[in-house]
Amino acid sequence: MSAAAPAGTETAGEDEMTARFEALVGAGEAVEPRDWMPDGYRRMVLRQLAQHAHSEIIGMQPEGAWLTRAPSLHRKSVLLAKVQDEAGHGLYLYSAAETLGVDRADLLDALHEGRQRASATFNHPALTWADTGTIAWLTDGAAVINQAPLCRTSYGPYARAMRRVCQEEAFHVRQGYDLMRALCEGTPAQKEMAQDAVNRWWLPAVALMFGPPDTEAGGADARTAAVGAAVSRRAMAWGIKRHTNDELRQRFVDSCVPQAERLGLSLPDPAIRWNEERGHHDFTPVDWDGYRRALGEDTHWARQRVAHRRAAHEDGAWVREAAAAHAARTPNTDGDDIPEARA
Amino acid sequence: MSGRQPEGAPASWEVFLRPRRGLAHQHMGSVRAHDPDTALLRARDLYTRRGDPLSLWVVRSDAVHTASPDEHDPYFANARHKPYRYPEQFAPLTTEKGPDGEHDD
Amino acid sequence: MNTTTDPAANTTTDPAVSTTTDPGGLRLDPGLAVHLLRLGDDALVLGQRLCQWITRAPSIEEDLALSNIALDLIGQARVLLTRAGGLDGTGRDEDALAYARTDREFTNALLTELPNGDFAATVARQLAYTHYAVAYYEALGGCPDPELAAFGQRAAKEVAFHRLHADTWTERLGLGTPESTRRMQRGLDLVWPYTAELFDEDDVVRALAAAGTIPSPAPLRPLWERSTTEVITRAGLTVPTPAWQARGGRTGLHTEEFASLVAELQSVNRQFPGGTW
Repeated sequence: MSAAAPAGTETAGEDEMTARFEALVGAGEAVEPRDWMPDGYRRMVLRQLAQHAHSEIIGMQPEGAWLTRAPSLHRKSVLLAKVQDEAGHGLYLYSAAETLGVDRADLLDALHEGRQRASATFNHPALTWADTGTIAWLTDGAAVINQAPLCRTSYGPYARAMRRVCQEEAFHVRQGYDLMRALCEGTPAQKEMAQDAVNRWWLPAVALMFGPPDTEAGGADARTAAVGAAVSRRAMAWGIKRHTNDELRQRFVDSCVPQAERLGLSLPDPAIRWNEERGHHDFTPVDWDGYRRALGEDTHWARQRVAHRRAAHEDGAWVREAAAAHAARTPNTDGDDIPEARA
Repeated sequence: MSGRQPEGAPASWEVFLRPRRGLAHQHMGSVRAHDPDTALLRARDLYTRRGDPLSLWVVRSDAVHTASPDEHDPYFANARHKPYRYPEQFAPLTTEKGPDGEHDD
Repeated sequence: MNTTTDPAANTTTDPAVSTTTDPGGLRLDPGLAVHLLRLGDDALVLGQRLCQWITRAPSIEEDLALSNIALDLIGQARVLLTRAGGLDGTGRDEDALAYARTDREFTNALLTELPNGDFAATVARQLAYTHYAVAYYEALGGCPDPELAAFGQRAAKEVAFHRLHADTWTERLGLGTPESTRRMQRGLDLVWPYTAELFDEDDVVRALAAAGTIPSPAPLRPLWERSTTEVITRAGLTVPTPAWQARGGRTGLHTEEFASLVAELQSVNRQFPGGTW
């Protein structure tokens, strides 16, 4: 890329640039990599992109652990295709993040050193085969609800990556539901395994996939709600987010209740019931602080996920070094020896 | 396209894919690889898991020279204020079609 | 799944020469079933080994590459196992063959079950297998059975990409750092004694090949030697000349590590008798 500084900074003041930027976003236009953008916007997009990418990569682990044990060759193929998509989605998103001028290696280092985190949803263990179905049905289901609006997020490369992610993610939810249906229609022991998995994954999906409550109705105290709402408002004004966390959480619960009924599984929340007046299902508000304490970074699985990732990275260092050394000694493949023009 | 490159880090490559016959190559995103052959393998694994794509290009990101409005406004001023480049500025060739909106293709 | 027949009906004939029709009218060929089961077990077991890499590969790109290869292998295994179950008169489907046999009943070549080792050992195993499998599947693409021929042509294309991946990494590791060179050579040395079994022929294979039903693997060996030697030499490495050759997988005599691989493969399936998935 050319090293020239964006010309705009020389010809227009910061305020004028900000006004122009906000007008662009306000008009529903996409922000593209070489556009001038406020620092706060760049940081917010980058933070979200990085966490999203890290979640895809860390999210490979709970399901990946069952690849060798899938109980039929069809399910093994499906799970392989799914885990592979997650690696792919992580890479799409790292590629989008790199358009903001960061390096992927730095993002991975930040994950490995605990400076950036993946969604805490995946800090739960996948204890049975049914967990793979439940993760796909519930957490991927939550992800789709979360991510569908991101296909129109204001940062162009993020939106484009998300359109590809969402197209592919639809298969994840469907196969998860299909896997659960097979278990529910199977032997009593299979159905029991399915219910046990739902009991353990429901709350992580409801709470963690959507982030902290950002409305008082969602269960936050007034102060937390105000802070959450302010962050959400900023993100919405910039077109990074399109809905509050609690709106999306409600949409998720509303979509899951009838699906669980069809499967003959119960969702582990006695407060779930249809509220005619609101036109939505009521459910127990998320006790975010309590949840955060129980599932902070200092749990076995939180540490295990990062340690697993770091071990793979460190074990593979000699391979990556070999590829670099090979490229350095092979002409015309890397570095500065590419001729200016080829005949 | 990225900024700083750590020592020994794989280069960034922009990936272009022709999704089917009759279409131009489209920009898909980027991959990281130390050499063009590996970049192609990775582009194939990452961007062709579905569909029946026909062809792939990889181009080193730092070989792409760019011009965009914020940086080089004069590049793009050329297209503006020249309505006479568009066919709808002129009388339609068929009289049946109204002058407002319906155009010949 | 095909109609089940009395298994005893097949044991009375020599599987190497018999081609009969079961009461349901389906063509039985226990000899061909044995052969296809071996090819299917190769693909299944190698695919299972590659599954063990996922989330542990040297880079996320390699997680993706290895899972792509595993996915193709499992797909090939499903076709081959299904066909084998239809031909042997037992009517077993792909899952009955993958999940209800004991480790002693698997007939994959020992090469495919070798533990992953480091990335270089896996690449060496992939190099040996893919150069053989492309050659064999291409030959199978010309066999008289149209269904089998179509499978051979498709599988040859898939494995040709796996071969490209293996060639690429053999070269990069061979010509990389002193450490990678040492590891890649060690990987080749580790794997090479297990390559001869891929080309072995017994009475079953000889009878099928003589009848023109399938291509013979043994004559492909010089071709395999030439093409692997070319890659290994280009990578600045030495083609191993092992003083011994391991055999046994084709007759169910496996490595000690194999029993745990099969136990892991089948654990969930066996935990839920009568389960449907």
